[in-house]
Amino acid sequence: MSPKREKDAITGVETTGHEWDGISELDNPLPRWWLWIFYGCVVWSIGYWVVMPAWPLLTDYTRGIWGHSQRQQVVADLDALKASRGAIGEKLTSMTLEQIEADPTAQQAALAWGKSAFGDNCATCHGAGGGGAKGYPNLNDDVWLWGGSLEDIRHTITVGVRSTSEETRQSQMPAFGRDGILEPAQIRDLSEYVLNLSGRSTDPEAVGRATQLFADNCSTCHGADGKGNRAFGAPNLTDADWLYGGDKQTIIETITKARSGVMPTWGGRLDAPTINALAVYVHSLGGGE
Amino acid sequence: MTHLHSGERPATPGVLIGGGIALSLAIMGSIVAARYAHDSGFAAHAWIFAAGFLAGLVWLVRRYANGIPADDLTPYADGVVRAGVIASVFWGIAGFLVGLIIALQLSFPNFLYFPDLPFTNFGRLRPLHTSAVIFAFGGNVLIATSFYVVQRTSKARLFGGILPWFVFGGYQLFIVIAATGYLMGITQSKEYAEPEWYADLWLTIVWVCYLLVFVGTLWKRKEPHIYVANWFYLAFIVTIAMLHIVNNLAVPVSFLGSKSVQLFGGVQDALTQWWYGHNAVGFFLTAGFLAIMYYFIPKRAERPVYSYRLSIVHFWSLIFIYIWAGPHHLHYTALPEWAQTLGMTFSVMLWMPSWGGMINGLMTLSGAWDKLRTDPVLRMLVVSVAFYGMSTFEGPVMSVKAVNALSHYTDWTIGHVHSGALGWVGYVSFGALYCLVPWLWGRKQLYSLKLVEWHFWISTVGILFYITSMWISGIMQGLMWRAYNDFGFLSYSFVETVEAMHPYYIIRALGGALFLIGALIMAYNLWRTARGDVKSEAGAGSAGLAPAAAE
Repeated sequence: MSPKREKDAITGVETTGHEWDGISELDNPLPRWWLWIFYGCVVWSIGYWVVMPAWPLLTDYTRGIWGHSQRQQVVADLDALKASRGAIGEKLTSMTLEQIEADPTAQQAALAWGKSAFGDNCATCHGAGGGGAKGYPNLNDDVWLWGGSLEDIRHTITVGVRSTSEETRQSQMPAFGRDGILEPAQIRDLSEYVLNLSGRSTDPEAVGRATQLFADNCSTCHGADGKGNRAFGAPNLTDADWLYGGDKQTIIETITKARSGVMPTWGGRLDAPTINALAVYVHSLGGGE
Repeated sequence: MTHLHSGERPATPGVLIGGGIALSLAIMGSIVAARYAHDSGFAAHAWIFAAGFLAGLVWLVRRYANGIPADDLTPYADGVVRAGVIASVFWGIAGFLVGLIIALQLSFPNFLYFPDLPFTNFGRLRPLHTSAVIFAFGGNVLIATSFYVVQRTSKARLFGGILPWFVFGGYQLFIVIAATGYLMGITQSKEYAEPEWYADLWLTIVWVCYLLVFVGTLWKRKEPHIYVANWFYLAFIVTIAMLHIVNNLAVPVSFLGSKSVQLFGGVQDALTQWWYGHNAVGFFLTAGFLAIMYYFIPKRAERPVYSYRLSIVHFWSLIFIYIWAGPHHLHYTALPEWAQTLGMTFSVMLWMPSWGGMINGLMTLSGAWDKLRTDPVLRMLVVSVAFYGMSTFEGPVMSVKAVNALSHYTDWTIGHVHSGALGWVGYVSFGALYCLVPWLWGRKQLYSLKLVEWHFWISTVGILFYITSMWISGIMQGLMWRAYNDFGFLSYSFVETVEAMHPYYIIRALGGALFLIGALIMAYNLWRTARGDVKSEAGAGSAGLAPAAAE
């Protein structure tokens, strides 16, 4: 060591005798507690290597004396989860939806399963509580575009609406304005007619002018009385519920550009008991028929 | 600091001619690349390269038009360090600001979000934030301090004549290319290594020059031994070069286009990425900033380093063990279990080697603890070491598979990163900047120690808001994800866990805002200091290297 070793006045420890830009170094030993914890970590790690898969070999790896395998662990975990659900999966597949609703145990399980599946698959559009949003139907009320019976709901979930499924629920309102079927003035008149269906029109003359227009263009799907038709998913125009909005401006926009909301088909993505559970769950939200 | 060396003469006008030719060729090459670019992003980048080279050419001509400037004749090359300090403060504030913006976007998804302006999207701003704080702020602090420290502790001027300026300027150009690339959507989608192949190549050139400058300066040192801070700087520079090159191995789709294809695929790519990602933390954010700690704490405290032996043992153990720890980012994935085991056990073994630096930093204060009362700069440096100790303990804990099963993919990770980033990297950098500005601009003291106090307390509260909210949010998130009801179904949907985190996101954004405010106070203080102003402050203790000035 350098001959310049000096004793530090404050700690009484010698320096190493080196100095850089006024910085010197004390010759303190390694703190014992530091060293022993370090050794402890090394020993623990070696022990872990002995019992668990650890070091790669040429064509294999050391498997550890406990024979642990993460891949087998995940299979076992999934089996355990399945076991914790009991026989409910088979029950929800074999029973009819009505039977499930009538059987308290099956119904409880279906609601738990359905709530879980709803949160991860449906809530994105329909809201966590099924309350819906503009363009996404509210599932809590008794207004149903394609029907609110258990079987209707299950079918909608399975095939979707305007989805990629071959059996999808399908209908398309024409874009009366954009495609030049009606003139803007006619569309304004029609909007008054639609408002009048729920008693909100302020322009009786426009309503009169639009009566024939509605009969010619709208009644096929929405019905002569405007009460809608579930065969086409055509909404009831006489009530207070509006998927996109019931003010005059929005109605004009709807007639002009049409609407064609999409719901995916879940048939290929969710298994039968999950879809059944979802149907029971949605049916229970408030408006089930 | 009179003539430390006489053999080396600074650059002659040969630099002007050679540099001028090289830059002119680079400008022409960039313009040609812009003209024949296959996509608009690559064309924009070629123009930025051309502008950068043109700025370099103008700078070179102005600097050497009237012969050798005085700056080239000083015993130490400090001009480039001053530029680095300014760049550090600038990029720091830019990076913190973008961090605050994306924290607010997470709290209020419509904040500064314009669907027609894709660069306002969180997905583009997030890498802008991470790269700005790590590479632009942290990188400039590392380059500037390493240039300062290696000269002082080697008693030698920086090697390479104009080369340090090329490293500085080239690095800023890389930052601009990377940042504009993120905003334009140019990315190779590797976390912390998003820039595309041509930016990577440019950084490689700059980095090799950095290594040359650093090693060249060490080579011609007048001290018999290499100071510990320089070991850490060298480990940082060499390892980052290796990590950067291997992780960015890619084949460009076209030499005139911005897209490339990674050499590795699947789990090999994932492992390479996290070998890179974790050692970016280890060698950039740990080893590099430990080097800063090893110079600035003993210097500011005016005390010897606690233990030479500890510095050797913890340096080599840290270097050897850190490089293995990356697989802990891939627990419970397709990565083979044996690799996960090695990542976890090496992370646990890393605990004490990391703490060696904390012990050496804190114990260096022996005999000088009273200075913490009066010198907020020293306090900032010491608190940074405390945060370092905390996050290097938290890291090994989180690497244990059982803990990781809960913490992985949650905000706990974000909190962990920020206790290291804000507390350790941020504070040790701020401490170094507060030391450097008076030294570099020849001022007796900082403009205001009271403002340093404000900076310290405001940002400390900010950091605590940040990390505690992320701990709570992260652990809650992890517990909600794994909660099952009596029937064996998940209790919460994903969106319910997001909803539950909302208040903590707001607290986090508040913490980030406080941290940014602190940094703005620092910027003001440093600017006034550089101008030579001194605020008269009754009762402010005279600190460290700042003898009371009689103005």
